Amino acid sequence: MARIKFKDQTVIAENNETVLQSLLRSNIQVPYGCQQGVCQSCLMRSLDNTPPSSSQTGLKETQQKQNYFLPCICLPENDMTVALPNAEKTWLEAEVIEKKALSINVILLKIKSKEPLTFFAGQFVNLRNNDVIRSYSIANTPNLSHELAFHIRILPDGKFSRFVADDLEIGMPLSFSHAQGSCHYLEGKSEQPLLLIGTGTGLAPLYGILKDALLTHKHQGEIHLFHGSRDESGLYLEEKLTALTQNYPNFHYTPCLSGEVNNEKYTKGRANEIALKQFPKLKDWCVYLCGQPEMVLQTKRATYLLGASLKDIYIDAFSS
Amino acid sequence: MSETTTDLTLFEQLGGEAAVDAAVDAFYRKVLSDYRINRFFDGADMDTLAAKQKAFLTMAFGGPNNYSGKDMRDAHAKFVKMGLDDSHFDAVVEKLAETLIELGVSQELIAQVGAIAETTRADILGK
Ligand SMILES: Cc1cc2nc3c(=O)[nH]c(=O)nc-3n(C[C@H](O)[C@H](O)[C@H](O)COP(=O)(O)OP(=O)(O)OC[C@H]3O[C@@H](n4cnc5c(N)ncnc54)[C@H](O)[C@@H]3O)c2cc1C
Ligand code: HEM
Repeated sequence: MARIKFKDQTVIAENNETVLQSLLRSNIQVPYGCQQGVCQSCLMRSLDNTPPSSSQTGLKETQQKQNYFLPCICLPENDMTVALPNAEKTWLEAEVIEKKALSINVILLKIKSKEPLTFFAGQFVNLRNNDVIRSYSIANTPNLSHELAFHIRILPDGKFSRFVADDLEIGMPLSFSHAQGSCHYLEGKSEQPLLLIGTGTGLAPLYGILKDALLTHKHQGEIHLFHGSRDESGLYLEEKLTALTQNYPNFHYTPCLSGEVNNEKYTKGRANEIALKQFPKLKDWCVYLCGQPEMVLQTKRATYLLGASLKDIYIDAFSS
Repeated sequence: MSETTTDLTLFEQLGGEAAVDAAVDAFYRKVLSDYRINRFFDGADMDTLAAKQKAFLTMAFGGPNNYSGKDMRDAHAKFVKMGLDDSHFDAVVEKLAETLIELGVSQELIAQVGAIAETTRADILGK
């Protein structure tokens, strides 16, 4: 008999009763569908104990690592505190510790959390200014000082991005959410080739993932990063990335310009098209796609049709 | 003699849920790549569609499912309006057979899968 804690209620699962059945029996309303582990509409996350692996069939590996599970096929082995995805709504507090321009319209913002954090590079958090809430991807790797780095593109009339550009100063407090999303590096497949494609500040999560792969996990397989922008100023990490290619022979960086090209170090065209022309066979690759939503969704389909398995394609569509 | 195999359901003989997982990636790719039928699969979110393909395969493999004939009718009604007919149905069954051949499934079991799919034809095509 396991205790299932959901919000402020606790129910006791009877023998041979799934987590979903226990919750429903106790009149706790949660979404569900097929009740056989197929449709994933009842997806939940365990906030403490690891769920039985049989209740994680069909989930992405990143989700499995974060203790997501399907309550409809979960016969609990231990007590569990469970939550709906993204329902851990509490806001955390941080302090702004760095703010500098990476290009004419991209700002590097660093904040330091007041409490310890768990996250993976490439996941995103929500940042909040009163009632304006926006998502930003984490561009750095987990660290002992609980710092988070973001690359924020400043839009002319952008509510949040203008607040960052005009009002936010070092030392000021900032509210942020727990890290979310499954777009991050996966341990254990060190030989797998990685394809990273990003447009604009879609580079932020990719940069985090790249550093996690190269520096933290010593990834052995080839890593190809294609970063696309309209003009040169948008290739805002060119120097850093070029330097990394010199230290890591398995890392390759292709800066792409969809606008005019006056310098031979840039490839002309759209990053996703250039990447897929160069790698038309993607069986056994792991693919990360970040940035403009149309590019991301179109390339997700394209990379899948070129052989990448759906469970090996991770995306962050920067939809507003 | 062959008691052990005949005791198993078709779903179990095919390898159960693991077989569905192995098949879904290849099957869905084939469907999306086939110009005769891929227009029906445009637009929708890929992960959602893949999850539904999994439901489809589980059903075709004779596995546990809660779909009624009416559910199948309702799920495909909008495609019938778009012109879904026997030729598309046959194409999907063909993709299914190709997938199973690639996974090394025997002709006999493939025929059984085809027979299950056939039982849904009228509902799928809204006849
Ligand atoms: C999962 C996720 C991760 C994200 N990560 C990042 C990140 O790492 N870095 C980052 O800079 N952004 C990221 N975004 C986008 C970010 O959340 C905001 O949408 C963006 O910063 C605009 O917010 P804003 O308040 O400044 O502009 P808003 O006030 O929301 O919009 C202002 C105006 O700009 C238009 N607009 C919105 N987006 C764009 C665009 N991309 N290009 C042109 N016009 C636009 C709007 O239509 C509106 O007219 C992410 C989004 C998601 C969903
Ligand atoms: C061979 C027999 C078939 C069976 C057993 C079958 C079964 C299924 C099942 C179980 C679903 C999921 C329904 C849901 O949960 O919403 C589904 C969805 C779907 N089917 Fe079929 N199907 C068959 C044939 C076809 C054909 C011939 C086409 C078109 C060429 C088709 C196109 C679709 C599409 C596009 C969806 C997704 C619907 C949506 O997103 O709402 N199916 N099918």
